[in-house]
Amino acid sequence: MNTQHNMEERLWEYIDGTAAPAEMQVIEELLQTQSEWKEKYGELLEMNTMLHSTELDAPSLRFTKNVMEEITRIHIAPATKTYINNKIIWGISTFFITMIVAFVVYGFSQMEWNTSANSTFSDQLEKIDIAKFFNNTLINVFMMINVVLGLILFDFYLGNKRKQFRKEA
Amino acid sequence: MSAGQNDNELISKVLHGDHQAYAGLVHRYQNYVFTLTLRLVKNREEAEEVAQDVFIKAYKYLADFRGDAKFSTWLYTIVNNTCISFLRKKKLNIQSLDDERIFATADNQDAGFRADGVEQKSRHAMVAEAISQLKPDDSAIITLFYKNEQSLEEIAQILGLEVNTAKVRLHRARTRLKELMETHFAHEVKDLN
Repeated sequence: MNTQHNMEERLWEYIDGTAAPAEMQVIEELLQTQSEWKEKYGELLEMNTMLHSTELDAPSLRFTKNVMEEITRIHIAPATKTYINNKIIWGISTFFITMIVAFVVYGFSQMEWNTSANSTFSDQLEKIDIAKFFNNTLINVFMMINVVLGLILFDFYLGNKRKQFRKEA
Repeated sequence: MSAGQNDNELISKVLHGDHQAYAGLVHRYQNYVFTLTLRLVKNREEAEEVAQDVFIKAYKYLADFRGDAKFSTWLYTIVNNTCISFLRKKKLNIQSLDDERIFATADNQDAGFRADGVEQKSRHAMVAEAISQLKPDDSAIITLFYKNEQSLEEIAQILGLEVNTAKVRLHRARTRLKELMETHFAHEVKDLN
């Protein structure tokens, strides 16, 4: 069963033309020497021809007219790239990358590289004073910046909506 | 009207304000889109409604078509997404159509064909009938490959799959179709040979 399945799979690849050139040659040889392969190939080739010969279904005669009537009521939306400002994306990415790099640099600078052999890497990590940076004040400032950025973006969004509404009116 | 113009020329015209040029694109792709929606939705009226929705969406977001893939590939991606949303809305889970139900339907339809004296059905109609009885994702991949002339790479892009997964799915779909034809259309196949 598995061999049969494998044979069909290889033959389909041969028929579709997606098999590698070396594999194509192997299959061609098999088709010339093995009757089982030849028979299966004939069967699959016939099915392939039938699949190619099926006709497309057609919608009603009014289809194009209906679509054209519908699209008179709508406007083409501006391309996504024109309303997503790349500068904002780059700004956000730079902010987060800087934060990560700063944190890593700080972490490594706090490590005592020349300590005794008994001191393990995890001991060193524990010595890093994270609380110094992640205190309430810092979190509050961070949240405040986020709220301000959120409000600015919301204002942009409402502004765009207003412009679009005026245009449509 | 639009016969001599390629897709990109028509798109450019539409984007520059010639909305009537869109009729050329609709006319060119309506049968492909409708066949695909019919394979996924399995109902003519609903398929036509979804196909119409596809062309409206494509028009609305035409400015997003960057031209780095074929227009047809981009359009079929919209077909796939629109059909999935439609089926979800209808609470029809594509995956829930198990083989038993499909074969039961095939049995009924097969019996129906004979009762109606449809043994003389053409080869095309028989294959189309067998394809329509496959699971939606199987019939869609077969339609995309054989009728809509999409390569495996393009099918993978449309369905959001890896190329190898698309290849495996196509093979699986063909195996199921062959089994279905051998089991339920054996008489017709014999008559046609």
